[in-house]
Parts: sequence; C-alpha cells; structure tokens
Amino acid sequence: MTVRAEPFVVNLGPQHPSTHGVFRLRLTLDGERIIDADMVMGYLHRSMEKLAEERTYTQNIPFTDRTDYLAAMTGNLAYVIAVEQLCGIEPPERAQWLRTIMCELQRIASHCMAVGIFANDCGAWQTPVMHMLRDREKVLDLFEMACGARLTLNYMRIGGVSRDVPPEFMPAARKLIKELPKKLNEYEDLLLENEIIVERSRGIGVLTPEQAMANSVSGPMLRASGVAWDIRKADPYAAYDKVDFDIAVGVHGDVYDRFVVRLAEMRQSVKILEQTLDLIPDGPVHAQLPTATVQPIDQPVAPLAIRPPVGEAYGRIESPRGELGFYLVSDGSPAPFRFHIRSPSYINLTPLKLMSVGGTVADAIVILGSVDIIVGEVDR
Amino acid sequence: MIRLAEWYDFRDLGNTVGSLLDQIRDWGAPDWVPYVVSGLIGVVAILLWTVLSVLAFIWIERRVVGLMQNRIGPNRVGPNGLLQPVADALKLLFKEPITTREADRILFWLAPIVVFVPTIVVFAVIPFGERMVLADLNVGVLFLIAVGSLNTIAIFMAGWSSNNKYALIGAMRTIAMLISYELIQVLVLLAAVLFVGSMRLGDIVAWQAGYGVWLLFLQPLGLLGYIVSGAVEMNRSPTDIAEAESEIVAGYHTEYGGIKFGFFYQAEYLAGFAIAAVIVTLYMGGWTLWGVEDWVPGWLIFLAKLYGVFFIYIWSRGTLPRLRIDQLMAFAWKFLLPLSLVNVIIIGGEKLLWQEAELSSGEALPLFAVVNWAVAVVLIVGWAWVLGHQRPERVAHRAVLTQEVGAIHFGEPAPTV
Repeated sequence: MTVRAEPFVVNLGPQHPSTHGVFRLRLTLDGERIIDADMVMGYLHRSMEKLAEERTYTQNIPFTDRTDYLAAMTGNLAYVIAVEQLCGIEPPERAQWLRTIMCELQRIASHCMAVGIFANDCGAWQTPVMHMLRDREKVLDLFEMACGARLTLNYMRIGGVSRDVPPEFMPAARKLIKELPKKLNEYEDLLLENEIIVERSRGIGVLTPEQAMANSVSGPMLRASGVAWDIRKADPYAAYDKVDFDIAVGVHGDVYDRFVVRLAEMRQSVKILEQTLDLIPDGPVHAQLPTATVQPIDQPVAPLAIRPPVGEAYGRIESPRGELGFYLVSDGSPAPFRFHIRSPSYINLTPLKLMSVGGTVADAIVILGSVDIIVGEVDR
Repeated sequence: MIRLAEWYDFRDLGNTVGSLLDQIRDWGAPDWVPYVVSGLIGVVAILLWTVLSVLAFIWIERRVVGLMQNRIGPNRVGPNGLLQPVADALKLLFKEPITTREADRILFWLAPIVVFVPTIVVFAVIPFGERMVLADLNVGVLFLIAVGSLNTIAIFMAGWSSNNKYALIGAMRTIAMLISYELIQVLVLLAAVLFVGSMRLGDIVAWQAGYGVWLLFLQPLGLLGYIVSGAVEMNRSPTDIAEAESEIVAGYHTEYGGIKFGFFYQAEYLAGFAIAAVIVTLYMGGWTLWGVEDWVPGWLIFLAKLYGVFFIYIWSRGTLPRLRIDQLMAFAWKFLLPLSLVNVIIIGGEKLLWQEAELSSGEALPLFAVVNWAVAVVLIVGWAWVLGHQRPERVAHRAVLTQEVGAIHFGEPAPTV
C-alpha cells in the first residue's frame, strides 16, 4: 500500500544555511521526495551589466572582482582579455605568465572552498571546510603580497597586470606548491574513500554528456559528465599553450565525480604552477597602450580613457566554475555600449531541476553544493 | 557525627548520606522525613551534577572540536574561555521568548519541558557508585527504555506546534528514526539482561565486578548496537538527521529561541550523558574497575568512564559527514536489526549452555568472549558483504586524465583509488 500525501511546498532560502548566499529553491515535496523544483534568482542582483555601461573600461575591472568573489583573478582576466581583443593589444610575455600563475592559484583557492563546502553540505560539520580554508588562506597571502588585497583583487589591467610581483613572491609560491601536494593527499585520504561521502554522492544528480551539453554546462560539471572540454586547452589564453597539463574527467556525471574532478584539478594546477615558476621570463608587465585608443577627453573624471574602435569582442577563459565569458560592444566611446557576462554559475545552475527531481531534500542540498555556485555571479 | 573532612568518606558518598539520615532518625523525626530527605539529596545532587557537566562539556566540546577543525574555539570569556557556557546560558535566559503567530501555543511551551524531564529522570536508576543510586528499581532496564522513548513525543510536539515546515520535516524524521532504533536498543538490552539475569542496574554492575569481566567483552554486537542507536537518540553526527543544519536549518527546534532553545540544547547533552551512563553501566562495569574502586571513589571511576564514552560522540561529530534518512533507516532494519536478533539468540544459547553443561565461569566466560567476538567480526563483515557494501556503483574512484580535447569518457572504467 502506498500512502499518498498532499504535495508540500518548502522554500529553501533565500535565508538558509546551505544555499551559498541568497538563492531560493522552491521545492514541492511528497514526503521527502522532490516532485518539483523551482529556482528563484535575483536576490543579489546589483545590475552590474548596466552599471558597467556608465563607466570607462578600466573602471569596470573592480566589478569583475565582485561577480565571482571567490575567483576574482579569473573574473579580471576574462574581462581584460575581451577588452584587449577589442583594442588589439598584446600583453608582454611576463604579464601572460603572471596571469597564468594567478589564475591557477585562484583555481586552487576556489576549489578548496568548493570541495570543503560540498563536504559541509554532506553534513561533515565544518571540519573539512576549516582544513581547506587553512590552505586557501595561504594562497590569499600570496595574493596580498602581489596586489595588496585578499578577496577583491583588481590585479589584471588592460594590457598586462597592475604591477610586477615583489621579489619575495616567487620563493613563497615555491614553498606553497611544495607543501600543497601533501595537503591534497591528506584530503584525498580523508574524503575520497569516506564511506558516507561515497554513499551520499554516488549516483546522485547525474547529468549525461548529452544533457550537460544541451544545458550548456561548463567547467568541472561538464568534465564530470565525461566531456574533456577545457578552454585552457581548446582555446588557449595567457601562457597555457606553453605548459603541460591534463584535463581531469569524470565518468559517471554524478555529484561524486564533480568532487573527484575538482580534487584532480587542484593537482593539475599544482603541476602548472611548478612549470610556470621555472619558465617565467623577465621583462615588462604592462604593454604600452596604442595612442589611438588612449586619448585625453574633456571629462574631469576620466582624463585618460581607453577608446576602443567600434566593434564587438567576446573574451572567454576557464574560470574555476566553468566558461566565463565577457561580451563587449564598443561604439567608440570611453564606456562599453554593451557589457554582458556569460557567468558559469548561472548556466550550470539551470539543470538543477533536472538533477534534483526524484531525489530527496538531502540530495538537493548536496547537488546544489556540487554545482558550486557563487550567487554574486548568478545574479550579477 | 558526620566526618566530611576525612578523604575516604569521599570514596563513598552513599555512606555520608547514610550517616546523615541516621542522624535525622536519632533526632526522633518520623520515618517519612529521612525518606523524603534522601530523595531530595539525590535529586539535588543529580541536578547539580548534570548542570555542571553540561556547562563543562559545552566548553570541552567547543575547544576539542576547535582543535580538530584547526581553529582555537572560545577563549575570550574568562580564563581560556571557561566562562563561555555561562555567558551563553545568561544570554539565552535574557532573550525574548518568541512564539510564532500560527503556533499551537500550549504544545509549543510544553515541548521543551517534556523533552527535558525524561532525560533527567533517566539518571534516577543509574548507579553512580556503591549505594549511590536514587531509585534502585528492580526493573531498571525497563525504566530506561520507557523513559528513554518519551522524548520522541516531545520532539514531535515541538515540530508540530511550531507550524514550520523545516520543523515538521525534522519531527517526521525523528519519529521514523527513533522508532526504528528503539527496537534495536530493546533487543540489545534484552540480550544483556538475559545473560546477567537481572534488570536491576546495580545487579548488572555487581555481576560484572563479581566475574571480573565487562559485558563488552562478551557482547560486542550489543555494544555496537547500543552505541549506534545512542548516537541516533541524541541526534549527533553522523545521525543528526533530525536537525540537519545544512538541510532543514535546525529541524524540530527551528522556531525556538531563548531559554526554550536552551532546554532543547541541554536535553540533548543530557540524553548524551544518559546514553553514555547506560553504556558504562551495562557494558563497562559501571563504577567498578577490577579492584581500583577500593582506592579511588567509585563515582569518580564512573564519571571518568562516562566522559570517555561521551568523547566518542564528540569525536564522531567533529569528523563524520551525515547519512541520508533512508540510508540510516536501511542501516537499522537491514543491518543492525538482524545482527541484534542473532545476538539475542547466541546469548540465549550460551546462557542455556552455561547452565545445562555446568561449566565453571573460568571456562565458560573466556570461551563465550572468544566466540562472540569472532561471531561479531564474521557477522559484521559477512553481512555487509551480503548487503553489497562493495557494490560496483558505490566504489570510490579517481578522475580520468586526458590530453585530448572534446573526447567523451562517459561510462568508461575509472582508475581506482
């Protein structure tokens, strides 16, 4: 005999310990089973795309810190790459390598958070996330050394980076990447074979490669579904075509695979960092901007503004969450005519209903944790 | 005269109380006066001990879990943060009691009391030392089971009356969980009672002291069942499903604040102490320690063991993720229940063998210990294997590493860990 209960609507969020910010998930439940899931977004909408149309190209860089605030470096980079495409600027060699170093450090920091919070969502009360925060802090120390900030970094500039790293940066980075593999071994020992983690995450929230591609999913989520797609390899930017690394791919497309792929990517980041620290050349870190694009204008706020030629550009990179793209349209004025962010968090979140219907409430939380959303980037 | 000053009186607080009661009788008071006074002394002592222990353990737990989590823990209020629990309790006392608008007011107010009382009443039958038991019931184990199941009602009252969906989900989960695990608890206690031949907790301790062997050496399956069902009953990770923070905020006490929440919080700790006390009494020889109790006060031994067992639960909270409700229920019905049934049958058979074959205790008990531990290991491993612990779709693996962009590796075999 089956007992049918009336459907039961539960709002997970906008104020809830596990929605990673102010995201609201409207679940229709039959007992503990989810029969419908609605996503309600926009609680953190700050209209960044519109605000950016009022500011000069350089003034827009801090906005990109504040979309994906756990990966500010990659946000910066995607934007400046788009502007460089628009203006046809080629950054100097050392700047390209510095960008690679910063992005990989950022990937490690961001994945530390993602894996730790995922374990927290599985119910491991704070312990994994606290241990991973410890290592994230060390990366943030390096960022502080390089640019003075820890979270909203504002380091990349159009045509290079804001300044060269101080002399003590390289030894500190070497020390960090020397000890990181030990920490990664520790996490894998503790979490990878943990019976409860495996039991909670295997076979949950499965996305087949077809579903993942149809939903335009990218990043570790797409790779967990078995598709070896990584913009660092497919469309290399910065200095990624000069380093050797592997794409980590899952085989089941479930929550466990997303977690495994992130752990493996941290190892690959360490591998890239080892190479970059040896190969980085000396030289300037900022390109001379073409005089045609920088011209004094009669505005007290922005005496020297970049005025890209009329046209459009799309700069994309592999952020820790997936394909982060900036689509810019220039009308020749100092401010972009259109500023659009293709944010991986938002697009990776769209198949949430597909993944969570049929599971339980506990599964929905774990699935949401495995997507690794940043609400600042979902709502912008 | 009562000689509190001499240290050996502390070995046995029961004696001190006894001489106090004699004193009252000497004064010519009617018979009911010492009877009431002895009860009051016990109640006050237990209340005092529980409150102090809970305060101490809030601090200990936060510091210990802090160490496990690579942070410091509370260290601001008082030396080493020792006064933090006091500050917390004062803050809870002074908070405004809020009742949600659509709540069932009577049940909402009653639930914290109903959850608190049974957890403290359990300690009435626990022997803290020789003659240190408030109510030496001859059906002590039955009393434990009866009172222990009362807080299920309180939790459901809290969840229902809050008129909150998270609270209701938490309450439903609690009911499902506690009923399943209550069954295992009863079966496990049945085996212990069957073997010892008494339901009086004092007799069980005396039996273990008399034969010089703890029941945990004889009934490992029973101990496992009791530890797991205890963890479920006190809502601790990995079984804190009823108040799973990352899923349903705080479960059944989501809407509670102030001292009403404080009652739930304290009741949870007390339930933990009660479980630890029962484990110590039934499986670890209670207040005895192979003769050491002649030198050290029995109640100190008891408390040391109790805190040691409670530490296991703190430890598990600091390390383990949470199971899902259906997995926990499956664990109860498919794994623990058959095991505890087998445990009852084996223990019953051994008891019969012991009596019928007229073995001496020196022959029988080591034999039973070896057999039961062997059976426990074989059953746990074997039954897990039968249930498919290593099902192919549940094996840990690593990511596939590739250089080829655009290839699809879905469904391929993955490298093992």
